Amino acid sequence: MGKWKTPDDLKYTKNDEWLRIEGDTATVGISDYAQDQLNDIVFVELPDVGASLDKGDSFGVVESVKAAADVYMPIGGTITEVNNAVEDQPELLNTDPYGEGWIIKFTIKDASEANDLMDSAAYDAYCEDR
Amino acid sequence: MTEPLIYDISSPGRTGVNLPDCDVPQSELPQHLLRQDVDLPEVSELQVVRHFTRLSQLNHGIDTGFYPLGSCTMKYNPRLNEDAARLPGFAHLHPATDEEGSQGALALMYQLQEWLREISGFAAVSLVPAAGAQGEFAGILMIRKYHQERGDTKRTKILVPNSAHGTNPATVSMAGYQAVELPSDANGDVDLEALRAACDDTIAGMMITVPSTLGLFEAHILEVIQAVHDCGGLMYMDGANMNAMMGVVKPGELGFDVMHYNLHKTFSTPHGGGGPGSGPVAVNDKLKPYLPGPVVRIVEEEQGDVPPLYGFMMPEKSIGRLKAFHGNFGMHVRAFAYIAANGVEGLKDVTRMAVLNANYLRVKLSDAYHIPYNRACGHEFVLEGRFEGVEEVHALDISKRLMDYGIHPPTNYFPLIVHEALMIEPTETEDLATLNQFVDAMKKIAVEAKSEPEKLRTAPHTTPVKRLDEVRAAKELVLCCRPIPSQADSAAGG
Repeated sequence: MGKWKTPDDLKYTKNDEWLRIEGDTATVGISDYAQDQLNDIVFVELPDVGASLDKGDSFGVVESVKAAADVYMPIGGTITEVNNAVEDQPELLNTDPYGEGWIIKFTIKDASEANDLMDSAAYDAYCEDR
Repeated sequence: MTEPLIYDISSPGRTGVNLPDCDVPQSELPQHLLRQDVDLPEVSELQVVRHFTRLSQLNHGIDTGFYPLGSCTMKYNPRLNEDAARLPGFAHLHPATDEEGSQGALALMYQLQEWLREISGFAAVSLVPAAGAQGEFAGILMIRKYHQERGDTKRTKILVPNSAHGTNPATVSMAGYQAVELPSDANGDVDLEALRAACDDTIAGMMITVPSTLGLFEAHILEVIQAVHDCGGLMYMDGANMNAMMGVVKPGELGFDVMHYNLHKTFSTPHGGGGPGSGPVAVNDKLKPYLPGPVVRIVEEEQGDVPPLYGFMMPEKSIGRLKAFHGNFGMHVRAFAYIAANGVEGLKDVTRMAVLNANYLRVKLSDAYHIPYNRACGHEFVLEGRFEGVEEVHALDISKRLMDYGIHPPTNYFPLIVHEALMIEPTETEDLATLNQFVDAMKKIAVEAKSEPEKLRTAPHTTPVKRLDEVRAAKELVLCCRPIPSQADSAAGG
């Protein structure tokens, strides 16, 4: 256990996004496990601010030297902010996945959609099993 | 690498070509069309010959070494094919020549259609698609038109297993459908329960790669086909991996509705910079009217010594043309030569030897490497390029180190469902000695990974170009080898 960082205050998806909920705003990025599996990230495609997306919708693409992966909304919402810094420095997703490597912020449509996401212990176990 | 750019060996006034005296009246080009800044290298013929000969020697190709690049079927391309394609009657035939003037070429295309039809077990073939992806596109467009003609418009989805070729979901999107991914079961086959749950009247069909990208022949292929047919969908087989089936299994007899071939893989026409692809499609009676055209047919049957008269036709409800003229004809000639030279038993041997070679390597490497779906494979298999307790060594490092042993790396990081995937396809054209050299190299690398991981991390050490900075290469795109002169002064960095 503990090979990858999984902060306790976050929720996680099976597709390896993390979700931080603060009031009616949420922040999303990819997990330490995801960045480790992808290896050096070279490109991040961001959505338009104002886009309204449902839970499970693809909101962007993360591309590494190994693979390109769609990233999905852990819960539905309207994009309020995107991290433009990762366009020029996509390696932020590798070096600080839960901090400077965040990808989007959005206003939450329905917080109850987060109920079926994993907590850090469940996500830890999920990663170890793969 | 020491070879300079051809621009760097240029010197003013040097020429490699003496143009003959002009034998027609000369006319001056308008002044505004004449450029003074045309930046072309000025070199002698000898310099050109040496430069490109040296460059070619820095390369690794199937003519210089083993090339087990999974999914690509990098088999030897017999020179006989090249002789045939260069026959003046084929090579110099203008594609706009009328049918009367191109009967030889039409006869060849007709025979190739027939042979591919026979190998596929289907009813009809079109040679038009320019490569595999266009063959896929044609196949899904035919499925779409089939449903539309029947007024069945609620079908919007195509099922695609997660072990499919990456082009499959892309094809689905291009054709206006939504791709629905299906999981694999513990054996690497399609998860039948998930498939049955997904089958309903919104499914237009399924695209499946057989054998899959894991190199595995789908163990319950008949059930898969049945499930999709039962809900009214059609079955598309990605035939890129026909090198594991040719002459042994006929997709049409399994119940598929449509497939494509990759002539540039299975039928040994050059690819990977060596020439264009060719992706003929084969269909059953249901889809025959929708084939992309034109296809070749017999207009008048042969009579005694008079050969048949061939002509082009558009199938009655054709999805239309996919490209100008008649497909990549040069590839048709090469594939024709390959089939003719091998014959029925020869083609069966190709498959048998391709499958035997892959299984030999799989078994030989089973101790040194973890093979996640370790059962009898088709023409290729996938192993994990990682070792317990050596976290810093990745599949990429193993690939780079193989280059030091004079071997082209396998396909890296695909399929995505295997960690640190290395996909290995030896093909039938390699002998036992070469296969054993590969096994030895892979085993040595497995030992090195534990004893000298840094040697792998910094490989290759013996190639003209050492380890490339792939991150920088992906981030800083330099698409021109040198600044364009008129912009050189103002060119900004990055």
